[in-house]
Amino acid sequence: MDLTQLLEIAQQERSARKPMQVRCCIAAGCLSADSLAVKQHLEAAVKETGLEDKVQVCGVGCMRLCCQGPLVRVAENTLYEKVTTEDAPAIIAVIDRGEATAPRGDLTQPFFTQQMSIVLENSGRIDPERIEAYIATEGYQALYRVLHEMQPHEVVEAIARSGLRGRGGAGYPTGLKWATVAKAKGERKYVICNADEGDPGAFMDRSVLESDPHRVLEGMTIAAYAVGANQGYIYIRAEYPTAISRLQIAIRQAQRLGLLGSQIFDSPFDFKIDLRMGAGAYVCGEETALMASIEGQRGTPHPRPPYPAESGLWGYPTLINNVETFANIAPIIRKGADWFASIGTEKSKGTKVFALAGKIRNTGLIEVPMGTTLRQIVEEMGGGVPDGETAKAVQTGGPSGGCIPASAFDTPVDYEALTELGSIMGSGGIIVMDSSTNMVDVARFFMEFCMDESCGKCIPCRVGTVQLYRLLTKIRQGEASLADLELLEELCDMVKHASLCGLGQSAPNPVFSTLRYFRDEYLALVDRSTSNVGNV
Amino acid sequence: MKDEFTSATNPAGVQNKTQAVTAHPSGDKRFKVLDVTIKRHQYRQDALIEILHKAQELFGYLEDGLLLYIARSLKLPPSRVYGVATFYHLFSLAPQGVHVCTICTGTACYVKGAAKILAAAEEYAKVPAGQTTPDKQLSLLTARCLGACGIAPAVVFDGTVCGHQTPESACDRLKEWLKGE
Repeated sequence: MDLTQLLEIAQQERSARKPMQVRCCIAAGCLSADSLAVKQHLEAAVKETGLEDKVQVCGVGCMRLCCQGPLVRVAENTLYEKVTTEDAPAIIAVIDRGEATAPRGDLTQPFFTQQMSIVLENSGRIDPERIEAYIATEGYQALYRVLHEMQPHEVVEAIARSGLRGRGGAGYPTGLKWATVAKAKGERKYVICNADEGDPGAFMDRSVLESDPHRVLEGMTIAAYAVGANQGYIYIRAEYPTAISRLQIAIRQAQRLGLLGSQIFDSPFDFKIDLRMGAGAYVCGEETALMASIEGQRGTPHPRPPYPAESGLWGYPTLINNVETFANIAPIIRKGADWFASIGTEKSKGTKVFALAGKIRNTGLIEVPMGTTLRQIVEEMGGGVPDGETAKAVQTGGPSGGCIPASAFDTPVDYEALTELGSIMGSGGIIVMDSSTNMVDVARFFMEFCMDESCGKCIPCRVGTVQLYRLLTKIRQGEASLADLELLEELCDMVKHASLCGLGQSAPNPVFSTLRYFRDEYLALVDRSTSNVGNV
Repeated sequence: MKDEFTSATNPAGVQNKTQAVTAHPSGDKRFKVLDVTIKRHQYRQDALIEILHKAQELFGYLEDGLLLYIARSLKLPPSRVYGVATFYHLFSLAPQGVHVCTICTGTACYVKGAAKILAAAEEYAKVPAGQTTPDKQLSLLTARCLGACGIAPAVVFDGTVCGHQTPESACDRLKEWLKGE
C-alpha cells in the first residue's frame, strides 16, 4: 500500500457513491429502537421503486439526537425522527414525490447548529463497517504523512504544540505523556487505548467506536510510531458488543490493506493491535488496574509512581490514552497543530464530546468547543427540562465528579473551571437534574456505586465507602444529627486523602459538591436537637 | 468440585496425561470449542479473561470444574483463576434463569426513575435484584450503565436493549415470560 493506492481507493469510493444518500443510524441507541429493520425496509423500498441507480441506503454511526431514534437522514437537509418500518416506503417515495409520514427533525435547532465536529466529523456520515468509506474522508492520510515525512519526535512536538489534553477526565497534557514514553528506555513498548467507559451516564467513547472505529486505530498507530511501540491493546467493556464487533471488523480490514501489521505503508514500522475485553469492573478504567486486567489478573490498582510511562504493561514503558484522545490525533496531523490550538480556551484546546442525558428535552451526543458554557449546553442545545420544570443541577464526571448548581451554569466548560466548581471534566457525561431529584439521594447513589465497585485492596476505600454509604442512608432517613454531618465531612476527607487510586480518592467528590451547593437539603433532613453521633 | 471435570478420575487418566489439556474426558463438545479458543490464544496466561468469557458463553456460567479445567490448560494455579472469576461482575458462578432481565441503574436511568422499575420488577418476580427465581425461570439483574443513556431508562430483556421503559412495560414483559413457559 502506498499513497497512490490509498488515493485510488478514496477516488473509487467517491465515484461509486450514488447521487442521493439515505443514511440510517445503526449505533447502539437507534439499534435498540430497531433501526436495523428500518434500514432493511428502506433498502426494500428503494428496490421496489426502482430507484437503485439514484438512491443508496447506508448504515451510519451516531447522528446524535439519540432520544428521537431511529434517525434517518436523506441527503443533507432532511432528518426523520422516530422512523418505523411502515414509514420506510414513504421516505423513499418522497425523494421523487409524495409525503413522508415520519416526523421531520429540525436541523436548524441549536442542538445541531452549535456543534463543532472534530472527533465526530465522520459520525453519522460514513459506514463504520467499511474501511473504504473512512479512506474516502481522507482517512489514513495522516498516518502516511507521519510515517513518510515526519520523525517520531516531530510527531510528539506537533501533539504537544496542539495543546491536546487527555480526554479521559484528568486532562494530562497528551504531548507530555507521549514525550515521557518516547524517552523511556525499554526493549519494547506498548500503546493502550482505554475504552473501559465505566462512568454511568457517559456513552461518548461507545459512540465514537461504533461510528468511526478506524479513526481510533489511526490515532493509536500514529502514537505507536511517535513513542516507538509495536504492540497495542484496546481495552473495551464487554457491555459494548456492537463496538467490539465493529472494532474487530476494522482491525481485520486495516490489516488486509497493510495499514496495520508489518511494514505499514511500506515503511519499516510494524504495529499490531489486539482487543482485550473487560468483564464489568469499574475500577479497570484506572490505568494501573486496566493493565493488570490486560495481563489477565484481578483488576486491582498499583501505587504510582512508577507511572505506566516508565513501567507499565509487564514492566515495559506504556502509553495509555482514552478513545477520544486518540480520535483527535489524525485531524491534528492533517490540519496542523496551530489549527487545533486556535480552538477552545487558553488552557483547554479543541472540542469535547459530551453525552447529554437525564431530565432534558434533547438527549444525545454533542461536540462543542472548549469554553462553551453549561447554560448553552443545557438550555440552548439541550432544549431545557421538559414539562415546564427548570434544571436544578448538572452532574459531570460520573462517580468521580460532582453536581454543579444552576447558579453556576455560566461557567465555560474547561478542565480548570470545572475543577474549581468542585466537579471534574471527566469523560464527558452530563446528567441534568430537576427539582424532583433530591441531592442527598444523588450523593448516596454514587456512594453506593463506589462501595460496590471498590476493589477492596486499600482499606480507606473499602471500608470508608461503606461507612459513608451508611451515614448517607442515615441522613436520608432523617435519623442523623448535626454531629453525623460533621463526621461525614471528616470521613470524606480521610477517604479522599488516604485511598490508593483514583476511585477512592474521588469517591467523596459527589458528597463534597452536594454539601457545598445543596447543604440546605442535608440540613433539612438532619435532626438538630439530638446528637447521637457515631451510631452508624 | 465435580470430579467428572478433572482428568484424575478419567479411567484412562494415566495414559492420557499428556492429552489432559487438549481433550476433555467427559466428551462434552463444548470443551472442544473452548480448547480451540485456548489454542488460538496460544495458551497465554494473560488471555485468562478472554477464555473465561468464552467459557461462560459456552456453558452459561462458570462451574468449579470448568474453572479447574481452564487452570490446568493455562498452567495457572486454581486460586488465580478463581480469584479472577470472582473479581469481575460479569462472570457468574451460579446458573442463571431461562430468561434474564437486566435493569440499568446508571445515573441517567436513575434520574429517570429506574429505581421504580427495579422495585416493580422485584415485587413482580418476588426475588431481590441479583437473584434467580426458585423455579429458575427468571434472573433479575442490575447493570451499571449500558451506555444507552439517550433512551433512558433502559432495560435489557434476554440480550435486547429496550429504551424508554416504565414499571408497567417492564412487568408486562416479565408477565409474558412467566406465563409463556
